[in-house]
Amino acid sequence: MAAHNLKHALFCAIVTLVIAYPILGFNLVASGTDIILEGAKTRTVILVLLAAVAVFLFQLFRDNVMALLGKAPALNPLANRQPMEQGKRLKLESIVLTLIIVGALFWPFFVSRGAVDLATLVLIYIMLALGLNVVVGLAGLLDLGYVAFYAVGAYTFALLSQYYGFSFWLALPLGALLAALFGLVLGFPVLRLRGDYLAIVTLGFGEIIRILLNNMTSLTGGPNGIGGIPDPTLFGMEFGRRVKEEGNTSFHETLGIAYSSEHKVIFLYLIALVLAVITALVIRRLMRMPVGRAWEALREDEIAARSLGLSRTAVKLSAFTIGAFFAGFAGTVFASKQGFISPESFVFLESAIILAIVVLGGMGSQIGVILAAIAVTTLPELAREFSEYRMLIFGAAMVLMMVWRPQGLLPMRRTHIELKAQE
Amino acid sequence: MQDLLYFFQQLINGLTIGSTYALIAIGYTMVYGIIGMINFAHGEIYMIGAYTALIAITGLAALGIAWLPVILIVALVCAMIVSSSMGWAVERVAYRPVRGRHRLIPLISAIGMSIFLQNYVHLAQGSRNIGFPALIEGGFRFGSADSFQTSISYMQITIFITTLVCMTLLSLFISRSRIGRACRAVSQDLGMANLLGIDTNRIISATFIIGAALAAVAGLFLGMYYGSIDPLFGFIAGLKAFTAAVLGGIGSIPGAMLGGLILGVAESMTSGYLSGEYKDVVSFGLLILILLFKPTGLLGKPEVEKI
Repeated sequence: MAAHNLKHALFCAIVTLVIAYPILGFNLVASGTDIILEGAKTRTVILVLLAAVAVFLFQLFRDNVMALLGKAPALNPLANRQPMEQGKRLKLESIVLTLIIVGALFWPFFVSRGAVDLATLVLIYIMLALGLNVVVGLAGLLDLGYVAFYAVGAYTFALLSQYYGFSFWLALPLGALLAALFGLVLGFPVLRLRGDYLAIVTLGFGEIIRILLNNMTSLTGGPNGIGGIPDPTLFGMEFGRRVKEEGNTSFHETLGIAYSSEHKVIFLYLIALVLAVITALVIRRLMRMPVGRAWEALREDEIAARSLGLSRTAVKLSAFTIGAFFAGFAGTVFASKQGFISPESFVFLESAIILAIVVLGGMGSQIGVILAAIAVTTLPELAREFSEYRMLIFGAAMVLMMVWRPQGLLPMRRTHIELKAQE
Repeated sequence: MQDLLYFFQQLINGLTIGSTYALIAIGYTMVYGIIGMINFAHGEIYMIGAYTALIAITGLAALGIAWLPVILIVALVCAMIVSSSMGWAVERVAYRPVRGRHRLIPLISAIGMSIFLQNYVHLAQGSRNIGFPALIEGGFRFGSADSFQTSISYMQITIFITTLVCMTLLSLFISRSRIGRACRAVSQDLGMANLLGIDTNRIISATFIIGAALAAVAGLFLGMYYGSIDPLFGFIAGLKAFTAAVLGGIGSIPGAMLGGLILGVAESMTSGYLSGEYKDVVSFGLLILILLFKPTGLLGKPEVEKI
């Protein structure tokens, strides 16, 4: 056993060196038209060697380490905690949620403009993640082209405002409906496919949308994107210093307060907040309705669900369309927040980030997904020096989550009726 | 006459690209045939192969070695070793622990791995694209000098021949060798093969290693052919190769070869007769159409849904 372990450990250490050293140990540097090879810094080389040693030691004492890790949960004081009683938990949850929403309503008036801007982005990601959560978490359909629907929402608003002068409030439902229509049209043929094929087809669809946006230069401006997207108005009141459109009044003049550019940022934040809350509530309701139960039934066992009379196409299509609808919602808000959109914002990586949020938070769990969206969007901003490692850490986290905790950090818990023992 | 020459040019370009797609597609199709998962990180393994080959080529140039066969062989061997180790390690770390769980779990793990590897190379080598020396220059030309000429470069010939050699060796390996026989057994019935004393874990590792080694060959050649590489170029190529694998019938090795060639030709015809920007649209559109109308592909066997 020991000899076998030693051999295996040595092998693993060598593999570590082989995969790490050539890529990390040498840097390809362009000098003029030629490329030259430079050795990396001594620190990198030492780190690679240390990694190899660490792998060697871990593999050598693997059994001992694993046994120690197995004991670790016993040290966790919360391990044996009884789950809270259901009625109490629900009450506590609703109180906490109300407090959070009330806090979120007043919070932007006390912080800096940058923080509010970031919070708006977080809310957009929350909408996206909640929408994708319906598709991936509840219905179990892996959609890798989710960003395409986000793009449809954003471009609908941008194009309608550019060519026909539509306002935000008119474009918001239109963008969401058009995204839902795209979801319906794409979903109808492809939802017959098995899980992993579906993933690839949606990925291909996302790429096709992006390439089309990039190349239909006369309509979408191609890689240059579309600028000058109008800000939302409040009952005909504009937030700019001067009124742009006839018939509108300006916010600061109507209320008789001094002009401040922060008004607009806070207003956008509040819109995003309201929409995110609506998204969460609607999806929460849907989850408890027959259609929500059907999504989960089909995810758990397709054959059993179909034999009980559920229509596979109708159930999957509803999840796909609703997911797309909320992506369109988020897209419209995004376009209005940025004032400028280009295909650059709708790459596959964006889909992967939203998927990572859903996976990290716990598929199907709303609270988990919301917390994960906040963490994933704000952490790179807080730790600027780590931001270049952001995607590296995402990738690693996705793998580790799948290996150790596929149900996510805060797995979904459903309300249920408990049988009481007869007395 | 001129139209015909133009057509042949597109056909030759397509076959060259297609044969490298076929090399990458083998990795997808073998893994899918054995454990039924899409190895999403395969495109990244191919990209790492291309980077290693470039590092080896520049390293040799720095040492003053300029004899072409030596450079090619050393670059190939280095790329294959590093890629195979990567393939083995990826399987061990990200796929083996989640094998046999719900279908989506290995797939999400693979996507995570793909993002991780992309950014690993991005952080180590920078995100700019780096020029890749062509190494093999010159070629044949057909047609009169004053009109369109069909040209076949020596590089295209090398790529095509090497691909053929690799494919032949692989076919012999699968049909004749002990491991190859075990591979076929495992892909037919993993549980039964296990009962009969085949070390299935080893066979699965072997599949990843073979697929990664072939991807590294493709990495070197596509790098030379396109003339530059960057950390993201594995992603699209991986998708194309996956399309090729599905087109030919996933799980079938001759299917992957056929699918690769068809896809390559379709792509180069699109860029030749329509526009280069739409060649990705055509290949993804092709993928969607095949999955909708003939999900078993050209040479694949229909999959029976077991209850």
